[in-house]
Amino acid sequence: MLLKLLFAKNEDIPVGSATIFFGYSSIFWFVVGTGLGSFNAAKLAFPDWVTGTELFAFGHMRQVHVLAVILGWISMAFAMTMMYMTPSLGNTKLWSEKLGLWNVFLWNIGLSLGLLLLWMGITSGREYSDLIWPIDLVVIFGVLLPLGINVWMTIAHRKTQGIYITNWFFGSMIFLTIITVTIGQSPELFNLTGLTEAYLTFWHAHNLLGLWITPVAAAIAYYTIPKITGNPLYSHRIGHLHFWSIIAFYSTPASHHLMSAPLPEWLKSFASVEGVLILIPAVAFIANILLTMKGKWSLFVENVEIKFSVTGVLLAIPLNMQGGFQQTRAINWYVHGTGWIVAHAHLALLGMSTFLEIAAVYFGLQAMLRRKLYSLALANLHYWFVIVGFCIYWISMTIAGLIQGAGKIYEVPYIDVVIAEHPYMIARWIGGTMVFTGNTIWLYNMWMTAREGTIIPDGRYAHEMAYER
Amino acid sequence: MGFRQHKFGSAGIGLMMGFSMSITLFFPSFDFRSGVSTWVGLDKQLSAGRLIGFSYEDPLVRGDGKPVTVILDKDPSTGAAIDPPIRAYVYKPGTPFSPGINHTDQLGLGVEELSVNVGKINDAKPGDGIVFTIVKGEFNGEELDYVENATAVRGWTVDKVLSSVGDDAKRFVGAGKTIYITEGCWWCHTLLPEETQDWQYFGTPPYLGDFNGEMPTAFGSDRKAPDILHVASRNSSREWMYMHFFNPRLVQPNSIMPRFDYLWAPIGKGPSDARDASGASIDFPKWRAEYMTYLKGDSIYPPDVPEPAADSQVRALVDWIMTSLR
Ligand code: HEC
Ligand code: HEM
Repeated sequence: MLLKLLFAKNEDIPVGSATIFFGYSSIFWFVVGTGLGSFNAAKLAFPDWVTGTELFAFGHMRQVHVLAVILGWISMAFAMTMMYMTPSLGNTKLWSEKLGLWNVFLWNIGLSLGLLLLWMGITSGREYSDLIWPIDLVVIFGVLLPLGINVWMTIAHRKTQGIYITNWFFGSMIFLTIITVTIGQSPELFNLTGLTEAYLTFWHAHNLLGLWITPVAAAIAYYTIPKITGNPLYSHRIGHLHFWSIIAFYSTPASHHLMSAPLPEWLKSFASVEGVLILIPAVAFIANILLTMKGKWSLFVENVEIKFSVTGVLLAIPLNMQGGFQQTRAINWYVHGTGWIVAHAHLALLGMSTFLEIAAVYFGLQAMLRRKLYSLALANLHYWFVIVGFCIYWISMTIAGLIQGAGKIYEVPYIDVVIAEHPYMIARWIGGTMVFTGNTIWLYNMWMTAREGTIIPDGRYAHEMAYER
Repeated sequence: MGFRQHKFGSAGIGLMMGFSMSITLFFPSFDFRSGVSTWVGLDKQLSAGRLIGFSYEDPLVRGDGKPVTVILDKDPSTGAAIDPPIRAYVYKPGTPFSPGINHTDQLGLGVEELSVNVGKINDAKPGDGIVFTIVKGEFNGEELDYVENATAVRGWTVDKVLSSVGDDAKRFVGAGKTIYITEGCWWCHTLLPEETQDWQYFGTPPYLGDFNGEMPTAFGSDRKAPDILHVASRNSSREWMYMHFFNPRLVQPNSIMPRFDYLWAPIGKGPSDARDASGASIDFPKWRAEYMTYLKGDSIYPPDVPEPAADSQVRALVDWIMTSLR
């Protein structure tokens, strides 16, 4: 079906096709990615579980998990939301459905190929930039650039006068991410070496998180919360404070990832200070969204999309508190390289970002398929599996991290730390497996929605009909 | 049309990005370029070759196209003893040079001048097959280590150097580091001791000039295991390393490190080609069954770990550990 649409005329492609294909691809990669995560967690708890072949060794699987969830789930969910939010906020149609479909197609092919090569150990050996440079070029030209062109052109052809905050974020963050990825991969393209390479690796990693994964998720919340509650955004101005302070402060603290490397000291100090300033956009965002909820808090219980979105926003509170302070030198010295950081990474990606995206994918797929969710009960089950699993993961890894930190500064022999962490490794595996189970339920639910969901009549929204039979 | 929001916005974004890029990319680049290669930096890049990871010479990332490091205790031409022994880096014809040879400005002030003027590294052409060494020289009153084209300066040809030593003195450091990267050891181990307490146990942190020409640096960000930047100074037993890689639980019952028994295969081959030093293929199911009886307590000793073959991957890996991680 995709193949037929790829070669159809743009006018003949039904509106929303790109959204739908992106939506289902993202859920698919979510299931694959969390399944791999749960497998890795099992390997760290029980190292002799599957042995004898390098393909199932931890060192071959870890980066596949990380890139499957970042490039497959998170980024595709972003693309999916951009495909329907950008046009609807500009009162227009997507600039080109056809480009959108080619985008999904190239994205899935490129990602599958890249992950397959990584799995076999064909890597560039740089964290978060593990993909080899030919695949990096596919990411830049087949994935990000077409997405950017579609979004920019849709914004340019809008029929409204102003540009809503969500579209500000979408348009500029794609642009900045293209720059980030291009500069971040330049060591491989131009054979830059030494500290320059190390620094650019983490410059890329940091900006990918700071200018793509978290702000775009926040932008999504600026759409879903007002849309579903029916309340206008509390303040567009505070939204702009959020936007501009992200660009000003969060594009600079990359070197906080390399505090003990021989980088210039002024750069590290600068990064620490700028990093604490992340609290400004964070407070602006959280306050703005929670104030928008005024008078509609019952929806937090009644409506799945709001339930996911608000949970995501609430998780942003501990996330930014951790983020702001753990890069000050005193705290970084204690937590660097421990499970604390793994817990923090999952709080950002699996907590805040993922919850906001799940809400938007639920909402967008129902709106574009014009079908009501197959089962609300399954959706609630999905929510509880993901939130409980995530909490187990986060708490256990945070404790493991504190143990490791203590072991580090009190010079405990390393093996004792490994022994002390063992119960938390098992807990993490159980929590992660719950997330994975929840996601398989979700995939089933969305599959059935496409086939058997009640058709939504014109002029109505899925969320209004949630409790109608 | 009056106020145009997007024009104002685009200009603002451009301005702010320009600012943050100058601070995070442009200014630091001066600091990075001022790094003068130390002996460690020169040794790392000469032993690793052009780069580790996916490249033209090594598209499958198996360790192809890498130089061989040779430990010399006598001069290959004259036979005179060299004490303490030095390292020679043998680039067979066609092996691409390390970055500092191709772009001498990466070596840093002084080292570049000495290497070009005294060490004659500009005379080296990749097609010829060249042997490099590191020697000490003086630049502006300062003692520096620099690279010497030993083929041009001392007449040490590739064949002469390789045939003057036994197999023990040949270290497949570049191939070994490649295995460190592909096997993802760096997801658990780090190569960057952290400030203060760490330094007492894991050793000194690296210095500014220790990385010139290294790609990738693979510091590792996540530490589930000891820092191994100086592991060979703590533990220099090859026997221990082989047992530990074959099955870490043999020497450390509580370790979570994976088994790397498939590294007994020759470089570029899969686990089914695993062989021991005598050339006999390794019977993994039998080994594991015997290991299980040992675990249950039914036998007192675990089965023996096979002696690795000279061309095995694990040999290259341990070569790298013993030679570079001191
Ligand atoms: C799952 C994480 C993990 C992976 C992957 C891993 N290791 Fe380890 N490694 C450990 C742990 C934990 C220890 C400490 C316990 C022990 O001695 O086994 C260790 C110990 C070591 C030691 C001894 C350190 C010392 O201080 O004595 C060396 C050397 C080593 N590993 C090398 C490697 C190499 C080389 C690889 C890749 C082929 C690798 N490790 C992959 C977890 C890992
Ligand atoms: C969409 C959800 C998820 C995202 C976005 C995500 C993202 C990530 C990221 C970015 C890392 C690297 C962390 C670091 O370098 O510190 C990572 C590592 C890891 N993740 Fe996930 N993850 C997700 C879900 C899961 C799940 C469900 C599990 C199952 C247990 C899991 C298990 C792991 C494990 C075991 C690691 C390796 C940690 C380590 O090396 O110590 N992840 N993940």
